[in-house]
Amino acid sequence: MFKARIFFYFWQLKILIKNYFRQKKMSKILEKEFFSKNVVKLVLEAPEIARTRKPGHFVIVRIDEKGERIPLTISAADEKKGTITLVIQRVGVTSAKLCNMNVGDVIMDVVGPLGTATHIEKVGTVLCAGGGVGVAPMLPIVEGLKKAGNRVITILAARSKDLIILEDQMREFSDEVIVMTDDGSYGKKGLVTAGMEEVINREKVDLCFVIGPAIMMKFGALTTKKYNIPTMASLNTIMVDGTGMCGACRVHIGGKTRFVCVDGPEFDAHQVDFDEMMTRLGAYKEQEYEAYQKYLQTVEA
Amino acid sequence: MENIIDYLKAERSQEWRAEVRKRMKAKERTSLQRINMPEEDPDVRNKNSVEVNKGLAPEMAIAEAHRCLDCADPTCITGCPVGINIPKFIKQIEVEDFAGAAVTLKETNALPAVCGRVCPQEKQCELNCFYTQKLDKPPIAIGYLERFAADWERNSGKMSVPKTEKHNKIKVGVVGSGPAGLAAAGDLAKYGYDVTVFEALHEVGGVLKYGIPEFRLPNELVDVEIETMRKMGIKFRTDFIVGKTATFDDLKKEGFQAFFVGSGAGLPRFMNIPGENLNGIFSSNEYLTRINLMHAASDEYDTPVISGKNVAVIGGGNTAMDSVRTAKRLGADKAMIIYRRSEAEMPARIEEIKHAKEEGIIFMNLHNPLEYYSDENGRVKQVKLQKMELGEPDASGRRRPIPIEGSEFIIDVDTVVVSVGVSPNPLIPKALKNLKVTDWGTIVVDPDTMQSSVPEIFAGGDIVRGGATVILAMGDGRKAAAGMHKYIQEKIQAN
Ligand SMILES: Cc1cc2nc3c(=O)[nH]c(=O)nc-3n(C[C@H](O)[C@H](O)[C@H](O)COP(=O)(O)OP(=O)(O)OC[C@H]3O[C@@H](n4cnc5c(N)ncnc54)[C@H](O)[C@@H]3O)c2cc1C
Ligand SMILES: Cc1cc2nc3c(=O)[nH]c(=O)nc-3n(C[C@H](O)[C@H](O)[C@H](O)COP(=O)(O)OP(=O)(O)OC[C@H]3O[C@@H](n4cnc5c(N)ncnc54)[C@H](O)[C@@H]3O)c2cc1C
Ligand code: SF4
Ligand code: SF4
Ligand code: FES
Repeated sequence: MFKARIFFYFWQLKILIKNYFRQKKMSKILEKEFFSKNVVKLVLEAPEIARTRKPGHFVIVRIDEKGERIPLTISAADEKKGTITLVIQRVGVTSAKLCNMNVGDVIMDVVGPLGTATHIEKVGTVLCAGGGVGVAPMLPIVEGLKKAGNRVITILAARSKDLIILEDQMREFSDEVIVMTDDGSYGKKGLVTAGMEEVINREKVDLCFVIGPAIMMKFGALTTKKYNIPTMASLNTIMVDGTGMCGACRVHIGGKTRFVCVDGPEFDAHQVDFDEMMTRLGAYKEQEYEAYQKYLQTVEA
Repeated sequence: MENIIDYLKAERSQEWRAEVRKRMKAKERTSLQRINMPEEDPDVRNKNSVEVNKGLAPEMAIAEAHRCLDCADPTCITGCPVGINIPKFIKQIEVEDFAGAAVTLKETNALPAVCGRVCPQEKQCELNCFYTQKLDKPPIAIGYLERFAADWERNSGKMSVPKTEKHNKIKVGVVGSGPAGLAAAGDLAKYGYDVTVFEALHEVGGVLKYGIPEFRLPNELVDVEIETMRKMGIKFRTDFIVGKTATFDDLKKEGFQAFFVGSGAGLPRFMNIPGENLNGIFSSNEYLTRINLMHAASDEYDTPVISGKNVAVIGGGNTAMDSVRTAKRLGADKAMIIYRRSEAEMPARIEEIKHAKEEGIIFMNLHNPLEYYSDENGRVKQVKLQKMELGEPDASGRRRPIPIEGSEFIIDVDTVVVSVGVSPNPLIPKALKNLKVTDWGTIVVDPDTMQSSVPEIFAGGDIVRGGATVILAMGDGRKAAAGMHKYIQEKIQAN
């Protein structure tokens, strides 16, 4: 009798745990690769998202019960295997925690695909300028543009050689890849805008994508504006829900407030108020800095 | 309608009810005083997240129940959107059958512990009580009694799991886990369907979780209800956005026969005035979500929030009251409501306004913001306000606010919460091109069945009403469940 009861409880517990996992749909990390000290590629189990995502889409992840929700671009997906690939740059607590996770670990929440997919069509020659971790969200766009029959010229820019990522993957889908580093430790020395001007002066460019830190996108947009080249930027504002419910991601586009998570993340770069966006990105600077220092202490301890 | 009246009559003429009515003269009943809800001390509670209303003790509830006259024509019921048999449950409290009272409530209301706390009773059941209408006395405290019975049941540890019909293996989907979705899911499960609730966020409950704060509606209470629903066999899929993670067509291929959409009014409105995108200016949705869903005020959680010493909340609804009282609890010295009409026009529950005042909230009624100014770091530091006066009533029946020229002045603020309303969540209309929506973006439905222009899709709650109340959303969910049941059964018979 007693044994039967214990067994019954055990059985109930098992069902509870099973239900919990089934309903939560936790995502397991299947692969991990370091692109550089601070940039990591993670391949996650997420079959539904892998099936429905398109270039330009992103997900929001929450690592655990106490974690925050952060947006990350889906840089690739494998529908058959049911996986998505994220490329994460370590900038603060959550991205650092993700970089420190290992194969087999689970991420509590992964929701998506979010945002409006990139509008991809054949336009002719497309110049794709990616700076820093902006290269990750650029990858699926480059791939899509190439597959649509465009001539794709990709510029990869970073402060120094060890921060250049995804070069091989980019080469696969680009007609030409130009590498630029601020310090000249790899490729050409100079800012991304110098590389852009070089291409624009050399040949006719029909469309441009700039993705990277806000300041880089701002100057990239100013450069193409001079030549009247239609330009898209992918904005990386602070987000909470990612479904249009909170307005944390809002920014002025052409004088109107738009929500990056649902109306974007890509917008006409010439219409974006980058200064406002940069200010808004700094909203939690002090708290983030403090939290990161505290986190570093706990990791080192 | 006829048979409902007959049913109520039959219930009322039951022996025990007749006997209870005779226990005390009507005169005596009406001379009793309305019970006061015991509350936390305002100076203590405005620094923590403890629930403000402590709930009635059994003897208080019984005393209040004695006031109810068990009217032959219970007008109170007409004020309740889900038609709770109010005199019956109150008389059950009078005879100390608290468990029975809870059962009566649950016949028509899946979440009595929630409604007892958040319904605007003064505009619904209590407004229509005989005491208010004919005696000009404070109405029976129907909400407090409802909460009492529901809490009693929960604390007794004998929560009844509603009976469900034999499982019919037909899959139906519910989009959104707010009150509308939960009510629909509950009824669909009772009809015997295999119900899955899809929720975009990582927690179930909609506004009950991310919006309404702990001091008004403890999360634990919502969780208990959801646990009961799990026991009924309802499945919950969080982190799942219908229309994005999977389309309706994908789900139909998986075997889902019909859907209820209760996706809410999640899109915050702004006023589009200069400086509104400065740091430190939030929509109430963002502010409350950071605190209630992401627990930003707790050090243990990673999500940050900035909440300063001078907080201005723009608006006069429940959302504004919740935001301003939250700001006070997070340590604001000055937590202000800035509302362009007067207190009489405020849409918030009267009790919330009263509680806010007790807690030291400053009310700047008849004021409207015009522009925000920032410090050198892009954080809001001041707001320019304009004084208003009231003109003729507008379409909403409320008197229209008119600006007073030349009355502008500037005050210091370091945090602003914009709480001027929400628009319907556009995710579903965007995902379904042939779904008929109004110019406002609300889904058009048949008012009797809640069926949309797409036959297998039903809808209710804020996505149909554009912003309403918990109980109206739940009423819609129940109506839609009945509509879906009829639709599916007819389809089966036709085949
Ligand atoms: C649509 C979208 C797609 C994105 N895709 C990627 C991606 O593929 N890979 C990736 O590494 N990052 C991506 N980001 C940025 C990523 O979300 C942030 O780096 C992350 O939220 C930082 O969280 P944290 O806790 O690690 O750092 P925090 O402690 O929150 O921030 C640390 C520093 O990073 C800055 N920061 C904060 N939030 C952002 C942000 N959203 N964007 C840029 N800087 C920020 C802060 O100003 C601060 O200086 C994307 C953002 C958006 C909106
Ligand atoms: C702060 C605040 C205080 C309030 N106070 C009161 C009060 O005191 N009394 C009262 O009666 N009313 C109050 N209200 C109003 C009341 O909460 C709403 O009318 C009610 O919650 C509407 O219910 P709903 O089910 O229609 O939508 P919601 O509660 O908004 O739930 C909708 C849910 O659907 C989810 N969703 C949306 N789209 C999708 C999708 N595509 N796929 C999956 N999930 C999706 C959302 O994430 C959300 O969880 C308040 C509202 C707020 C914001
Ligand atoms: S559900 Fe709301 S309106 Fe109906 S009786 Fe209860 S408190 Fe009153
Ligand atoms: S109208 Fe008032 S007094 Fe009459 S039955 Fe309803 S609650 Fe009781
Ligand atoms: S992240 Fe909340 S609205 Fe965009």
